[in-house]
Amino acid sequence: MRPRFVPGDTVRVRQAEPLGHCRTPGFVRGHSGRIERVLDEFPNPEERAYGRPGLPKVRLYRVRFSQPGLWPDYDGPAGDTLDVEIYEHWLEPAGP
Amino acid sequence: MRGFHDLGGLSAGPVDRDEKEPALWEKRTHALLMLLSDPQQEVMSVDELRAGIETLGEAEYGRLTYYERWITSIANTLVRKGVLSVDELGRKRAEVAAREGGGA
Repeated sequence: MRPRFVPGDTVRVRQAEPLGHCRTPGFVRGHSGRIERVLDEFPNPEERAYGRPGLPKVRLYRVRFSQPGLWPDYDGPAGDTLDVEIYEHWLEPAGP
Repeated sequence: MRGFHDLGGLSAGPVDRDEKEPALWEKRTHALLMLLSDPQQEVMSVDELRAGIETLGEAEYGRLTYYERWITSIANTLVRKGVLSVDELGRKRAEVAAREGGGA
């Protein structure tokens, strides 16, 4: 499948709270970041976690977040960033 | 609400930076999962291992060490899939406990 996003796109991580296994850490949900790079497609771990094949494969991205944006009490340099690898179905477009 | 295992960003206190040599059973546990998750003959996946750990419950998750969580998840998964029976696993645990001279 063609990637939905390209490097530089601003994306927002869905504020979802599934009860089952997922790979999206809570601290990035609801936050916006930029696509740092497009990675490969992989069998969906949210399906694989229950013994299913996880197909079709899902696209993975490396998303870059601003550290001060993630942590209200962040006291490091303002330009610090943090990269998290996130699957496409967790991301939605977030403007320019 | 975040899962009890989703600890990123929470206060954790000082970090123990001492290197520790894994115990033999811990290395064996890691090797066991590598064999079980081999794509050529997959019995269980790393994702199933993680899901199993995340459903241990908060108290058990907090009580167990890293590889204790692994081996517990592996055992539960193998019983659920019919690779091991509860009886078989129970008898083996008793046998090992007797051999090691301690309680199970």
